[in-house]
Amino acid sequence: MLKEKLKKMSHGNMNLTLKVWRQKSGQHKGNFETHKVQASEHMSFLEMLDVLNEKLISERKTPVAFEHDCREGICGSCSMVINGQPHGPQRGTTTCQLHMRQFNDGDVIAIEPFRAAAFPVIKDLVVDRSAFDRIIQSGGYISVNTGQAVDGNSIPIEKDLSGQAFDAATCIGCGACVAACPNASAMLFTSAKVSHLNLLPQGKVEAAQRVLSMVNQMDEEGFGMCSNITACEAECPKEISVDNIARMNREYISATLGSNKTA
Amino acid sequence: MALKNNVPEGPLAEKWTNYRGSMPLVAPNNKRRLEVIVVGTGLAGASAAATMGELGYNVKCFTFHDSPRRAHSIAAQGGINAAKNYQNDGDSVWRLFYDTIKGGDYRSREANVHRLAEASVSIIDQAVAQGVPLAREYGGLLANRSFGGVQVSRTFYARGQTGQQLLIGAYQALSRQISKGSVTMYNRHEMLDLVKIDGKARGIIARNLLTGKLERHAAHCVVMATGGYGNVFYLSTNAMGSNVSAGWRTVKRGALFANPCYTQIHPTCIPVSGDYQSKLTLMSESLRNDGRVWVPAKVEDAKAIREGRKTALDIPEADRDYFLERRYPAFGNLVPRDVASRAAKVECDKGHGIVATGNGVFLDFAEAIERYGKSAAHSQGLHNPGKDIITKLGTAVVEEKYGNLFEMYEKISGENPYKFPMKIYPAVHYTMGGIWVDYHLETNIPGLFCLGEANFSDHGANRLGASALMQGLADGYFVIPYTIGTFLSKEIRTPKISRDAPEFAAAEADVHKRLQGFLDIQGNQSVESFHRRLGKIMWEYCGMARNAEGLKKAIKLIQDLRKEFYSDLFVPGKQDEFNPELEKAARVADFIELGELFAVDALNRNESCGGHFREEYATPEGEAMRVDDEFTYTSAWEWTDVNSEPILHKEELIFDNVELKTRSYK
Ligand SMILES: Cc1cc2nc3c(=O)[nH]c(=O)nc-3n(C[C@H](O)[C@H](O)[C@H](O)COP(=O)(O)OP(=O)(O)OC[C@H]3O[C@@H](n4cnc5c(N)ncnc54)[C@H](O)[C@@H]3O)c2cc1C
Ligand code: SF4
Ligand code: FES
Repeated sequence: MLKEKLKKMSHGNMNLTLKVWRQKSGQHKGNFETHKVQASEHMSFLEMLDVLNEKLISERKTPVAFEHDCREGICGSCSMVINGQPHGPQRGTTTCQLHMRQFNDGDVIAIEPFRAAAFPVIKDLVVDRSAFDRIIQSGGYISVNTGQAVDGNSIPIEKDLSGQAFDAATCIGCGACVAACPNASAMLFTSAKVSHLNLLPQGKVEAAQRVLSMVNQMDEEGFGMCSNITACEAECPKEISVDNIARMNREYISATLGSNKTA
Repeated sequence: MALKNNVPEGPLAEKWTNYRGSMPLVAPNNKRRLEVIVVGTGLAGASAAATMGELGYNVKCFTFHDSPRRAHSIAAQGGINAAKNYQNDGDSVWRLFYDTIKGGDYRSREANVHRLAEASVSIIDQAVAQGVPLAREYGGLLANRSFGGVQVSRTFYARGQTGQQLLIGAYQALSRQISKGSVTMYNRHEMLDLVKIDGKARGIIARNLLTGKLERHAAHCVVMATGGYGNVFYLSTNAMGSNVSAGWRTVKRGALFANPCYTQIHPTCIPVSGDYQSKLTLMSESLRNDGRVWVPAKVEDAKAIREGRKTALDIPEADRDYFLERRYPAFGNLVPRDVASRAAKVECDKGHGIVATGNGVFLDFAEAIERYGKSAAHSQGLHNPGKDIITKLGTAVVEEKYGNLFEMYEKISGENPYKFPMKIYPAVHYTMGGIWVDYHLETNIPGLFCLGEANFSDHGANRLGASALMQGLADGYFVIPYTIGTFLSKEIRTPKISRDAPEFAAAEADVHKRLQGFLDIQGNQSVESFHRRLGKIMWEYCGMARNAEGLKKAIKLIQDLRKEFYSDLFVPGKQDEFNPELEKAARVADFIELGELFAVDALNRNESCGGHFREEYATPEGEAMRVDDEFTYTSAWEWTDVNSEPILHKEELIFDNVELKTRSYK
């Protein structure tokens, strides 16, 4: 009974044509492959890809590799460009939260990996985003060992300020900003971390050194320059504001002027 | 095998202090020579690796994710408990301890829980110092909210993204140690076996998921913080990759698995919408602070809603049954999770469910919107505000509190929860069971430690909301950095462990053979299809309500499924390449074996306690009935092999400080 009902509800009511990027590895050349799938409007985009993969497996073919984990828009794993847009057409939404009701029966959908020199392709839609980890390792933290902290309420923080730091801290490290940028710049990601920490009183002590080191690391990883196109903000699933970039630029300039430390 | 829990002597409140004061220390020069493997970078693993790195140990940390920041902990929403008593509402370490013991239905170990409550206080301080933007009041001080099963307000939060913010804090601390060289990070590496030498845990076999190559990693001890096993049900709120394999592999090497049947089914999740469904999404428990749970009192109304002929808004107040408020007036919508989930099931089983499958109830914010709206209007000096204004102001308050959750709900369901009540149903969420550990968080294998959701230690038969984050961080920041010293202080003369030891070669060969075995079956069914079928068996017979007959059936069904798996599985590709299907195959194989043990454990426990509800053991009102005389113990199972029964070891639970009572939230 229940089974029947579920079946009825999930019966594919959309016929889609997918043009999916296939690439065996970073060393191989890639190409688009065309597949037909039936989907239901209640499916998430990744569930639609699950359907494709089950079909490929049943034909004893290699499933499309894509990254995903939480499927709730918070882990930052999912990373694909859908019809030219990182994470697809819906604003403020990761691929895993995108639902098929955003598409129409008969649509042709192009699916590609995030493309950037600093994000080499691993396989199909999977890319290597470890450059982001190295940017954080270069200074995206507050140097406090476990056990050294004072009482949490001994540092009152203005609610609005804390809110601003929070807004920046909601970055999920997905890399859509880089994929959206014609220069493949990582300014939005880096500035979100700089803002999160530098805005807070706890982060002030290391603020200058932090911004110098992180910007330096960002450059070393081969991300491009920022030329104020703001495509990053438009495609960021967490709607991180480009104001953070402006803030980071200011901090960077004052850190270079105000300190004789080198990055 | 006699189970020794190694709880220190002395009064409960002094045990941990005395332990720390008298434990043997490891000198800094020795720490540098001692190698520690940490598997997992969730809250427990990241905090442990970072802190042990700070202390000077030589740490190697592993995750199967592409970055430590992606661990499942990132998804935790509602909050973290701490006995700060910032609200001046009578909270204390003792009360947090007591609530946790009671919430766990008197099936946890007193000394561990008390230590957890003590550590909770320092976690908040640590997080603030790291720059975790926890919610604040207008005066700049930290804010709190209430969670289920307690009557104080002790939950700290960061909007609906508490796990994300705490994990980023721990990840940043870990990143700092990585940059200093005290922690070496191995991303995209999956632990596939434990290596024991002379009975002690001395390393792991990990597969580099990019190349598919097996690697040997040696250390003086191994710490696992590999998360829970809720995905044995296939559909759960856990991340897709969450799995039991690290733990299960150690069980194959002699570790004990404790209380596998203790599962938490969370009352407020978005209901299943189709058979393509890959996972379920939680709507945080914090929503029950303001949301009221109800179903139509009349079966006809429920039917009309299911068939789309009516909506919630068509049901007049008098025809709504706020069943939690009705059944549990003292706690109302904030009863613990197990109680709330069962109550929802009861209503749906009686035909009051409100989604097409029959399995769903409403979570309604209309009253909260009105209440907040009136209060906001009042503070803005508006007299006799119209309904529109009240709704607008109230909506703004609700949005500020739960905005991201409401947004998430709308994306998934396509419905606006500010206008229509949310539709929710219980889903598998958390596993209280796990690898058995003693007071040191050490398993029965010397040198093998287990932290966080992966162990069984603190939540008994039911976990209270906002306590998993607390436990993960307590274990990682404040417990293991001490207790590991007790083991390592005896190892200062042990030279670097060699990867050339025959035990490493043997374990590596085992793993290679096992993986090749999956590839060689060349049957016709996908890994995913087996996982789904396992999940259906588990949900049907080992879910919210269990009985002996069903559990026996489940055992048989799982055994048959296992045989089919090993004869008809199809895994494409090969071993030495990036092969996500092969990764899944190894995990599902372990889930199948665990599933059987789960049912065995549930069948053995002839009582109802916490999340384990056996229909044969219920009061006439349908409340859980414990059988304390027989079952005040932890079941720690020793694996034998697939064809023989596992061996049960019992750790008697001794309550010196609290009196065992029937848990009542009425
Ligand atoms: C949706 C959701 C919301 C929640 N909300 C709350 C909340 O508000 N408050 C609360 O207290 N709790 C909450 N919980 C529970 C809580 O999030 C988890 O119990 C907790 O985060 C688990 O942390 P952990 O560190 O033990 O494991 P995890 O975060 O699961 O981390 C496991 C780690 O181990 C690694 N790993 C696993 N196996 C291997 C292997 N074989 N080899 C290498 N690496 C491996 C993974 O890569 C990962 O890094 C929530 C849970 C869910 C699902
Ligand atoms: S700034 Fe936005 S797009 Fe860039 S990594 Fe963070 S969340 Fe993703
Ligand atoms: S899968 Fe986690 S953000 Fe998409």
